[in-house]
Amino acid sequence: MSAYPALVITIPLLATFVGTGCYWLNRKLCYPVALLGLAGSLYTSVCLLIKVMAKGSIGHYHAGWTPPWGIEYRVDLLNSFVLVIIGSVALINLVASYLNIEQEMSEKSGIFYPLYLLFVTGLSGVVITGDLFNLYVLLEVTSLSAYALIAMGSKDRAPLASLNYVFIGVIGASFFLLGTGYLYIMTGSLNMVNVGALLPELYSSQAILVGFVFCIIGVWIKMAFFPLHVWLPNAYTYAPIAASRVIAPLMTKAMVYVMIRLMLTVFRPEYIYAVLDLQNVIVWLSCLAIVAGAVMALAQKNVMKMLTYIIVSEIGYMVGGAWLGNQAGMTGSVLHILNDALMTFCLFLAVGNIGVLGKGFRLDSLQGIFQKMPVTMACFVLGGLSIIGVPPTCGFFSKWYLLNGAIQAGHYAFLVALLLSSLVNVILFFRIFEIGFFEPMSHGHTYAHQSGGAIQEAPISMLVPLILVSFGLLVVGLYSGLIVQQIIVPFLT
Amino acid sequence: MHEFFMEIVDKYNYWLYIILMMIGLYAMIVKNNLIKKLVGMNIFQTAIILFYISIGYKEDATLPIIVNAHGVHSPEELAINTAEYINPLPHVLMLTAIVVSVATLGVALALSVKVYQQYKTLEEDEIRMRIRESSL
Repeated sequence: MSAYPALVITIPLLATFVGTGCYWLNRKLCYPVALLGLAGSLYTSVCLLIKVMAKGSIGHYHAGWTPPWGIEYRVDLLNSFVLVIIGSVALINLVASYLNIEQEMSEKSGIFYPLYLLFVTGLSGVVITGDLFNLYVLLEVTSLSAYALIAMGSKDRAPLASLNYVFIGVIGASFFLLGTGYLYIMTGSLNMVNVGALLPELYSSQAILVGFVFCIIGVWIKMAFFPLHVWLPNAYTYAPIAASRVIAPLMTKAMVYVMIRLMLTVFRPEYIYAVLDLQNVIVWLSCLAIVAGAVMALAQKNVMKMLTYIIVSEIGYMVGGAWLGNQAGMTGSVLHILNDALMTFCLFLAVGNIGVLGKGFRLDSLQGIFQKMPVTMACFVLGGLSIIGVPPTCGFFSKWYLLNGAIQAGHYAFLVALLLSSLVNVILFFRIFEIGFFEPMSHGHTYAHQSGGAIQEAPISMLVPLILVSFGLLVVGLYSGLIVQQIIVPFLT
Repeated sequence: MHEFFMEIVDKYNYWLYIILMMIGLYAMIVKNNLIKKLVGMNIFQTAIILFYISIGYKEDATLPIIVNAHGVHSPEELAINTAEYINPLPHVLMLTAIVVSVATLGVALALSVKVYQQYKTLEEDEIRMRIRESSL
């Protein structure tokens, strides 16, 4: 039981090596090994969440070295919560994507699974670690596997999109490393809790300010916060669908988690909200991100690209909520990590199912899609409604907290930006519903007569996960009061 | 003027890493050739590695191995003066960072091979032209 924090990382990492070995011996084993690895990781993170909820946070010291010297994996309510999200999205996606993977890259699929596992390993590591340098290394493990996964996508555009991601991603990670260096010079420590305890005496120091700026800009680059988002749309659009379905919901959300961790544990709220005079500027920046993301999404003619710009806009929600400086805003931001991961995942799953038809993702190729794929599109509608923020779905509740936070902080521009982007989302999704529901099929009447009414639904193994996730949207929505009371409020107070 | 100059000379290691970093960043932003961009990326990463190496260094200090400790067992005699030894931690961290930067470079080079196979060029403007042609 005491080794659980280490097991969250070790199980998928071991499965990565075993899976790579299987690629040479027997390719059919790669998939079950990946499934087992992810299931093990998810099981341990659920156990951790239950344990942390009962007994408070746990520290795991690697090789028995105590905190300021050794690497500590520190599990509290926030990161065990994010770990469960990562584990479940990764596992469900692997089940849903099996057919996609086998079709899209028949001979390369053996390589795909270990990379996928390595990505999840790195991501869980980023979330669970309590050491700044360890965070950098795991961040690079995650990014490197993400570059490789993205490059396996569409033959003509994916390598270039991935290469652009490499250039920008390296700048982001290096900035984070540099900021960590400044913190290390000033405090002599790399352990997050210890740095947090040593910093208050140094709050007036310029070096700490520079370190903070480097760290936060590095994290922003990695999470695609608005002016730094240029790598994201192409990378996520041209990636293989099985990969973008896991990278899009998780990568950016994990980076939002890192930002919140830096703000609350390392720099502490006294520094962030009182000493630094940046709060207002950053909330304005996030207003800009929200509006710009929504407007750019309007200009897209491809469903996948549209969704990627919606992610850019949603990042603005979470950054803004965290920087509002009150509990409602922070609660909304943390809750939105869960909700946005689920909503994006649901939409990407649905879009992946549409891809089975083989007609691409252009908006005008979606005519008559509701007749062909009624179940997939029903789930897509649910995901869309959740992004818009219609009450019984989960998207409404985090937006509610964010709006409350904006009113409490008196920051009405953020309020307006939130409402405006919700309205733009209404246009975005209802445009798709209109094309899919009311516009007749374009390619000649004879074709429409032959196959117009026929249902061409995606295979059952892809439908079940999608239905599960879209029910999840409703369940999380209905129980979000419980999640806030049991997990988020105890963490923040 | 003199004071300003002394300020720079005093902290020359920081100035050096900033200059190197800017050279790398400049190459990544301005250069048109993907390989030149990669070289810029590597200079950028190396600058940060140099920064870390320099902060562990102390004047007149030696390797962090306790001098004449062989055969001594009482803890009083083993008490050490930290000013005599350089700080090994940043150097150890950089071993990992070097591995990371090598891996990144490897992945990036592999990707540029893929890009070259696709477009038969590594010049960014030409690639952009090809993409525009193919999307028409």
